Amino acid sequence: MMRTYAGHSTAKASNELYRRNLAKGQTGLSVAFDLPTQTGYDPDDELARGEVGKVGVPISHRGDMDTLMEGIPLGEMNTSMTINATAAWLLALYVVVAEEQGVAQDSLQGTTQNDIIKEFLARGTYAFPPAASMRLIADMIAYTVEHVPRWNPINICSYHLQEAGATPVQEIAYAMSNAIAVLDSARARVERAHEPGGAEAQQLMEEVFGRISFFVNAGVRFVEEHAKLRAMSILWEELGRERYGVQDRRHLRFRYGVQVNSLGLTEAQPENNVQRIVLEALAVTLGRDARARAIQLPAWNEALGLPRPWDQQWSLRIQQVLAYETDILEYPDIFEGSIVMDGLVAELLDGARAEMAVVAEHGGAVEAVAYMKGALVDSHRERIRRIETGEQVVVGQNRFTETEESPLTADAEGGILVVDPAIEAQQIEDVRAWRAGRDQAAVDAALAELAQAARDENENLMVATIAAARAGATTGEWARTLRDVFGSYRAPTGVGEAAAAPADIDLAELREEVARLEEKLGRRPKILVGKPGLDGHSNGAEQIAVRARDAGMDVVYEGIRLTPAQIAASALQEGVHVIGLSILSGSHRELIPAVIDALREAGVTAPVVVGGIIPEQDVAALRAAGVAAVYTPKDFDITQIMRDIVELLDRDGTAANGAAPVAPSAASASSAA
Amino acid sequence: MNGTARPQDGDGAALGTRLRERDLGAAPATLNLLESATREDREQAAALLAEVSPAALGGEAPGHVIGITGPPGAGKSTLLSALLRAWRENGQTVAVLAVDPSSRRSGGSLLGDRARIDFDAHDRGVFIRSTSAGERLGGLAWATRAAAHALAAAFDVVVIETVGVGQAETEVADVADTVAVVVQPGSGDVLQFLKAGIMEIPDVLVITKADLGQLATRTRRDIAAALRSLGSSATPVVAVSSLSPPQGIGELTDALRERRGGGDVGARRLRARRSAALADFAHEHGERGMRALGGRRAAERLLAAQEPALETAALVAALEHAAGVR
Repeated sequence: MMRTYAGHSTAKASNELYRRNLAKGQTGLSVAFDLPTQTGYDPDDELARGEVGKVGVPISHRGDMDTLMEGIPLGEMNTSMTINATAAWLLALYVVVAEEQGVAQDSLQGTTQNDIIKEFLARGTYAFPPAASMRLIADMIAYTVEHVPRWNPINICSYHLQEAGATPVQEIAYAMSNAIAVLDSARARVERAHEPGGAEAQQLMEEVFGRISFFVNAGVRFVEEHAKLRAMSILWEELGRERYGVQDRRHLRFRYGVQVNSLGLTEAQPENNVQRIVLEALAVTLGRDARARAIQLPAWNEALGLPRPWDQQWSLRIQQVLAYETDILEYPDIFEGSIVMDGLVAELLDGARAEMAVVAEHGGAVEAVAYMKGALVDSHRERIRRIETGEQVVVGQNRFTETEESPLTADAEGGILVVDPAIEAQQIEDVRAWRAGRDQAAVDAALAELAQAARDENENLMVATIAAARAGATTGEWARTLRDVFGSYRAPTGVGEAAAAPADIDLAELREEVARLEEKLGRRPKILVGKPGLDGHSNGAEQIAVRARDAGMDVVYEGIRLTPAQIAASALQEGVHVIGLSILSGSHRELIPAVIDALREAGVTAPVVVGGIIPEQDVAALRAAGVAAVYTPKDFDITQIMRDIVELLDRDGTAANGAAPVAPSAASASSAA
Repeated sequence: MNGTARPQDGDGAALGTRLRERDLGAAPATLNLLESATREDREQAAALLAEVSPAALGGEAPGHVIGITGPPGAGKSTLLSALLRAWRENGQTVAVLAVDPSSRRSGGSLLGDRARIDFDAHDRGVFIRSTSAGERLGGLAWATRAAAHALAAAFDVVVIETVGVGQAETEVADVADTVAVVVQPGSGDVLQFLKAGIMEIPDVLVITKADLGQLATRTRRDIAAALRSLGSSATPVVAVSSLSPPQGIGELTDALRERRGGGDVGARRLRARRSAALADFAHEHGERGMRALGGRRAAERLLAAQEPALETAALVAALEHAAGVR
């Protein structure tokens, strides 16, 4: 199946995009939601500011879902939704809208990503604590197996683990451990309703196992990546037979969809990303025994900003050339009997089994989140070290860097899609109008019912969730109701667990500089690192935090999902000398100036540096808003960034303390932060 | 602050006056000053501390200094979040000094506690500062001790959060009016440390994760039995749970208040100032300085003979005078 991951701005604009893509020969839908929808906030929430419609489509209620799917026959569609913490809610909206189209839920086909462990590990769009999140997943599995039998309730994602720096062994081991946690909790739910070990329970577990699919990544080392997928199918079958007693061969098949690697795509000479994407697509199609069921390819300009429809069309055409022009689909498994491939697979299997044992010793994937997070931060640091030292060649970035000017990025907007900031205001108005126009008593009753179900472990939350969707509740209301019962949660950051710097990164000179700066400032240079907004991709922020520590600074690492007020309060109270903000969701144009305003209002004069996916044409505006330096994916040398920061503080020492003004007239303003 | 910055930022006396007037907005600049090692800032810091000394305040600083310590993973940050909410609901202002273990190899540190404490960024009545443990072995960093004393003039509650068992509560007991040790159910090492006398008996023992049921109940019973056998049956053992609905938080705030200073805050503060002075002196002048004083016992006698209202810096000066090292 061929898809492109798409959605942006509004339900209406996304609906038009989907219809165009279907007309071009795409055979399914892959819906991208914006971050407020993914984390359970309405567009008018303080945390949603700057994020509405940015990385996907905002869906706040059944009216939005109705618009999104207008004119698309849901009975025939296979719809993949990249949605996790709020998956139960979005599936409920989809079911209700299908019902309005006259399509029964048992004929719906598609996938909700719904993998929460990787959200804690890599992607950061979680909403509830781990145990409550696992319950929601188990409830969805139990519900769909019975009522929406052609739906894949969960996609175990190893994709994001690789994006967070996982090695192939880690990717296999953590994905399988994650699947075990999900299956164990689904089994507990099944055994609550049916006699444990009985025929009915066993039959249901067979079906549950058969409905679990994977969402994997493929990097540019495509031979090893192909071996990884063969290893995963072997482990999966083994797990089904041995741990869950699955007999049916169909249910034991390792089914996976794939989005190839984005981490390795470069901002420098971005046209090279096209050949990277083609090679990565080979990893998941070459051998028939481990071929992907569904493929979506990223766009060549992902490291620059949001892709336009034309960029996505290019990615779709890559798949079509592969499928219809090459002979790749004409042969049986071409690696059958290959000693080299078998050896590679065996090596990966050994490594993965050992790492799975470590996770099991921690008590399983849920309990091992902090361990796995720390291990991923370490792996990612190793990857960056190899690129920094040139050990790993990245063409156009750390080698062969000389280039002609690219005609691809020459247009006014730099070859990317820019979302109109007016959309946020419009969405806020729309959701308020929706709330005003519905039957409030029915919504209140449905949400009270939902809260009641959440408190009772024996209730399946899907039933009350669908009722709330039908009554007209909003995404934010659904999530808030559950947060009130389950509590909110902050995932481990992994940076505390990260080991000290590897010996071959020479930091001695930098440490010397930091020590000299410490003498000048009177106390150790202190940096605040954090991510404003809802974007949870914390790799970059984590690596900056760890390297700053290794260089000898005091680092206040605040993690993800911070409001401007929180950042300002922390900077003031902690007395930091510099503030580092990381942002990848495209909301920097709204959020960074908002953070700077909050800082200055609190009396913090410390300089602000920004890193992330920042298009070239936005840099000047950020500088004008008071940002001291902007770093983008082409600035891969983190030690150099540290040197810049030290130099900035050295030069600008007078403004470089976060102290509040002392004049009594300003005292109340400074304590207001 | 760095000599060239806005001059009023480094004006210790002005900051001290603001703290005395309970201006919470003075807290960030106070910490910046106390943490600074430049000669000029040290002088200003002394001026600040003089402004909030018992002599200047006309008595002990009113704030309740509470030490909260325990092994990593015991749930200190979650507990602190719940305590913050309870104190704020009660109208009390709170400062938290979160001491993180420092990475000594590079000299840098990752101060992650702040991210784990849940608080309202718009609330003016809460101040949280993370500090690395610093270079001194045994005892809190000078800046942390000085900050606790200074902030107690302005805030109703000052919490010093440290990590560890066995040594940490002794260190924090030198500064705090009340020490609470936090353990999670099933942590046998704390029990062993108590019995073996490796760990001093705290004012309050807190068992987190009370929702774990039987395990929590058993841990509470075992610790209470150990305390009885050590003759400390009056030490409260409070079980708390921060899962909703939270349990035991009200009981804990009551216990902390009741056990303040072991009944005598003045005596505890006096002891704290004297032991701080001794630590500062030893840090500055080492073994040789101690010998010049005639040893630790003689130094303690000398301190005991000083005026009770003297602040730490004045006590250090008295020791230096006696040792002839000034």
